[in-house]
Amino acid sequence: MRLSYPVNIKIVRVPCTGKVDIIHILRAFEKGADGVYLVGCMEGDCHFNQGNFRARKRVEQAQKILDTIDIGGERVQMYNLSSSEGPLFAKYAEEMDKRIRDLGPNPIKLAKKKKAA
Amino acid sequence: MIVADKKPIEEIIETIKEYTNILLLGCNECVTVCEAGGKKEVEILASALRMYFLNKGKEVHIDEITLERQCDHEYLEEIRDRMDQYEAVVSLACGVGVQFMAEKYQSTPIYPGVNTCFLGVTEQRGVWSERCQACGQCVLALTAGICPISRCAKRILNGPCGGSTKGKCEIDKDLECAWQLIIDRLKALDRLDDYETLFSIKDWSSDRAGGPRKVVREDVQE
Repeated sequence: MRLSYPVNIKIVRVPCTGKVDIIHILRAFEKGADGVYLVGCMEGDCHFNQGNFRARKRVEQAQKILDTIDIGGERVQMYNLSSSEGPLFAKYAEEMDKRIRDLGPNPIKLAKKKKAA
Repeated sequence: MIVADKKPIEEIIETIKEYTNILLLGCNECVTVCEAGGKKEVEILASALRMYFLNKGKEVHIDEITLERQCDHEYLEEIRDRMDQYEAVVSLACGVGVQFMAEKYQSTPIYPGVNTCFLGVTEQRGVWSERCQACGQCVLALTAGICPISRCAKRILNGPCGGSTKGKCEIDKDLECAWQLIIDRLKALDRLDDYETLFSIKDWSSDRAGGPRKVVREDVQE
């Protein structure tokens, strides 16, 4: 297919989205990521039955925490697709890239830079 | 186990906002099982607090430690040599742990990081419910293993009150009437004779009515 998607997206491979915990999402922001999104299998298609449902709940909890501390919960998102949906993968990447660009950089990254200066 | 619930992050922030060196102290026992104050919750809270203060332009150092228990001397002693570093501690243990920490480390303020709720069970993941009020005089032998003290809203003995309708309690249509449960189970066990046994007036002095309680066992004392 040779589809292109924004180059600023770094992929972290996990065996299942159920492996991703809230702390992994928060640490990404602590380290300066502007946004985090999880791409799991279609709901109901999880090889481990519950993995992507667990991931969705964790994403929702991370959103709440980020809203509470004024980083912005909309910087985190859960997506679902099947492995054959390459164009959708690229579409989600574009969508997330646009959303984060509209929101601006992670305030933590800016605060760290300010502190270092 | 002792069941606790998370405190809102906003409330914790409000409590500790004046400090710059803070220890978040988790507990590996009950609060870990009910997902309120174990190692994972300490990590998440610490990360959220670090980001919050950094975002507000305040430099705050937050350390994370999770002890095996916070209700025993030996585990609390493990952090004695580090306690001087901190201006305040947020303990994510139950109220027992928070108080024992405060007793042991008199010169450091200890703040609660969870709301301690009750003695209960995990019905399913994410649902905990009360089973014991620690009244100090267990009546379960005569009540088919179902406690009327903790599970009946009126804590009554000798059968249900007039508010029991179709097996539910009058305070909440989804709440089982404890006495209905007891009678049903006594029937199933073929032990309805136990229901005939009259309870005399309960001595509540071993409950909270008698003030703070203590168990002293000379046989195991050193």
